[in-house]
Amino acid sequence: MAAVTTAPDTAAAPARTGDTVLDVRDLRVSFGPGLDAVDGLTLTARRGETVAVVGESGCGKTLSALALSGLLPESATVTGSAVLDGDQLVGRSERQWRALRGAKVSMIFQDAATALNPLMSVGAQIEEVMAIHGTHGRAARRARAVELLTSVGVPDAAVRARSHPHQLSGGMRQRVMIAIALAGSPDLVVADEPTTALDVTVQAQVLALLRESTRDAAVIFITHDMGVVAEIADRVVVMYAGSVVESGPLDEVLERPHHPYTAALLASVPDPDAPLAGELPTIPGRVPPLGERAEGCPFRDRCPKAREKCGQRPPLAAITPGGSAAACWYPENTAAAEDGRTADEEGTP
Amino acid sequence: MNRGAVATAAGYLGTRLGQALIALWGVTTAVFFALRLSGDPARLLAPQGATAADIARLRGQLGLDVSVWHQYLNFLDGLLHGDLGYSYVQHQPALGLIAQRVPYTIDLALSALFLSVVFGVGAGMVMALNRGRWPERVLMPVVLVGQAMPAFWTGILLILLFSVTFRILPSTGYGGITSLILPAVTLASLSAATVARITRGAVLEQLGRDYVRTARSKGAGTARLVVRHLARNVSVPILTVLALEVANLLGGSVVTELIFAWPGLGQLTVQSVDGRDFPLVQAIVILAALVYIVVNLVTDLAYAFLDPRISTLGKAAGT
Repeated sequence: MAAVTTAPDTAAAPARTGDTVLDVRDLRVSFGPGLDAVDGLTLTARRGETVAVVGESGCGKTLSALALSGLLPESATVTGSAVLDGDQLVGRSERQWRALRGAKVSMIFQDAATALNPLMSVGAQIEEVMAIHGTHGRAARRARAVELLTSVGVPDAAVRARSHPHQLSGGMRQRVMIAIALAGSPDLVVADEPTTALDVTVQAQVLALLRESTRDAAVIFITHDMGVVAEIADRVVVMYAGSVVESGPLDEVLERPHHPYTAALLASVPDPDAPLAGELPTIPGRVPPLGERAEGCPFRDRCPKAREKCGQRPPLAAITPGGSAAACWYPENTAAAEDGRTADEEGTP
Repeated sequence: MNRGAVATAAGYLGTRLGQALIALWGVTTAVFFALRLSGDPARLLAPQGATAADIARLRGQLGLDVSVWHQYLNFLDGLLHGDLGYSYVQHQPALGLIAQRVPYTIDLALSALFLSVVFGVGAGMVMALNRGRWPERVLMPVVLVGQAMPAFWTGILLILLFSVTFRILPSTGYGGITSLILPAVTLASLSAATVARITRGAVLEQLGRDYVRTARSKGAGTARLVVRHLARNVSVPILTVLALEVANLLGGSVVTELIFAWPGLGQLTVQSVDGRDFPLVQAIVILAALVYIVVNLVTDLAYAFLDPRISTLGKAAGT
């Protein structure tokens, strides 16, 4: 199964991006027997590439993000494999994590209003990353912090560096968060819903900034918003109930979704070009909570096309040569590939 | 600092001082009338077998033969001139009697406050950072016992152990640093326990905040987390409880000073209430109220210094 699930990610190698920075295989985050909040996450990310992880609340997106920076609560157990630049992330001790966090992997959190220390100047919060990871000299750190603030588009950076978070606007605070995430020149930036708390116009600016400022890193971008995915992602990983149901290049996933869940997510995004016609479609039902997940395809209960075979769990299998893969027995939009797949993989559980 | 900010800060201080004066007046007035309800000091002071005429004469000497309102006006008049009256019993200015005792009480209260801060904040931090592990399991019962034991019980146990059994520390009286240890520990035990619990709660609450996770995502270790992030964020709730504890330390010192025969204000308070020594009681209460008001004012100013968001709120409210 492992060979099948990882094939699409390694096979699709667009030449425009660099070497593989992050290689996650079958990552699991468990809170006890039968409580696998993340139930097999497989993805790769190359330098300069942004991989969006999409799904509804409760799909395990944030836990996946925290697992990649070792910030999960102590009650969580992580298994599987996640290799960042040759360093295995699974099973590191807290001490081993400290050397990586900030320097090789950094995080951008959803709400900068609470994610920044309210009693510390924003400049000091940026400098801290450098102080931890060995940039010597207060003056050098301070100059670099101002430089970073300027580069993320904070006007009058030398003055703003002395401000406290409550003195800045939401957009400025999120820019500060990005500066913190970039301060250690990490190989991997994990952004967990970084624009959800922002106004739409500010959101667009911050997305543009993120795209520009992370050219030297791989970005895992967690979001529930397909509109944001279209803005920022190079590749998309769709999660449902803890596992990957579809992954592939942005255009392919948006234009020809293969998994019914992806199709339903896309259908619930309003199309600005189409005239308003009644209510937006929604996906009936809800994500099954942890501990109530049945055997077989996790989307079965909400899927309009579910059949008897869906009682068996479908593997994440390659569908197109472009690198798309879906975990579905009856994938959509597979005019060319459908015959081959159903014939080849019918028997593979 | 621009001129506007200075002006609003001055306005804020002015308002607070006005409030303090009103509070002080309220306290003195309440004490004045409450004391007058407590009985006749002349009867208590008069020697055994004194006639009604003797007592009436004594009452006249003490200024208690006029109406209560008249007495009150006399008292306020004295107060405005800085005259808190003479002790009925000791025939000396009340202020002078207090001044003799204040240094001893300050010694005791400051030592106890120091112990409370060091052990209370320290224990609270250790408990919060080791939640569910052995340091917390060991410290928590100690804290609970400390909080459950009244000063008279702690004091007697300490005397039994260190003065009677081991004979290493004096049990009573004032005689240098060794005599300060037992009363200070007794007085501190209760407030140290309170400070420890508040600190533990505050640190646990802050540990759950997002900014702590951000700091950890930068690679910060526990030491940096505590010193650079938590210390300042927990200082506001800890300061609040410490301000209250200062008042408790002054109040609690009455019992502690009696147990250890400590020549401080607590003893004087008990003596003066016992003897219905109105001027002395009034002076002591005014002093206590003054300390309380000043501590609160200083605490409020410290908040603004520690948390820039609070000063912004203050300015917004002031304009």
